[in-house]
Amino acid sequence: METFFFMIVAAVAVLTGILVVLCKNPINSALSLVATFFCLATLYIMLEAPFMAAIQVMVYAGAIMVLLVFVIMLLNLRTEIGRRSTHTLFVGGIAGVLFLIQLLYVLRNSVLTGTKGPIDSAMITRVGHTELVGTALFTDFLLPFEITSILLLAAIVGAVVLAKKKV
Amino acid sequence: MLSVNSYLILSAVLFSIGTVGVFIRRNAIVIFMCVELMLNAVNLSFVALSRYLGNLDGQVFVFLVMTVAAAEAAVGLALMIAFYKNRESIDVEDMNLLKW
Repeated sequence: METFFFMIVAAVAVLTGILVVLCKNPINSALSLVATFFCLATLYIMLEAPFMAAIQVMVYAGAIMVLLVFVIMLLNLRTEIGRRSTHTLFVGGIAGVLFLIQLLYVLRNSVLTGTKGPIDSAMITRVGHTELVGTALFTDFLLPFEITSILLLAAIVGAVVLAKKKV
Repeated sequence: MLSVNSYLILSAVLFSIGTVGVFIRRNAIVIFMCVELMLNAVNLSFVALSRYLGNLDGQVFVFLVMTVAAAEAAVGLALMIAFYKNRESIDVEDMNLLKW
């Protein structure tokens, strides 16, 4: 049952991912990308990571995609017209397929190792996933978390400076 | 229970789709969306491996990747608006100011 559900969600994710690449109109690509993000959120829930699923929907499907759709509508982009060089399509397709073959080859011929940690389903149900992530974030990963805040500040300032009338 | 390999294969497929998109599209915003797709594929393998290892470090990494993606979206889209104001286009083939 779980495998069947995974197959459906994975098929939808791949299909919408292909649509992101193939749609002529950027708005359609953006909406397909939202569908892909929702599929990934479903997979996170299957992986017992509900907090990740929540921020996937809120940050990606919510904030980032709203920004993207807003910019597409602001610039009033139309469908790409003509003058697409076919050799780009050909070379890009070949490169992508080779890359996929390489990745699948590596996955097929490798063994997963590593020491198992303490987190299992029983612990996630007992303590709660959000609390576990929060504890990890504010103890072991405190410095990266603080650096992230500086990155966001730089991004805000950068966006304002770039979007000003006169640079 | 599904093996972690099925998640990793799905992640590889999504990443390749994103790569092809970056190669064949010329619209800068669509290229940006394909980069987001690649970031999400990597996030999926992070979460799958974190679940497999019983260790939350991977999920903290996903959190950080999402923050970087948000910052990238803000700055990248501001860059595109600035470029559009100059050139009336966001086709990557028109971005040739530094080319000689």
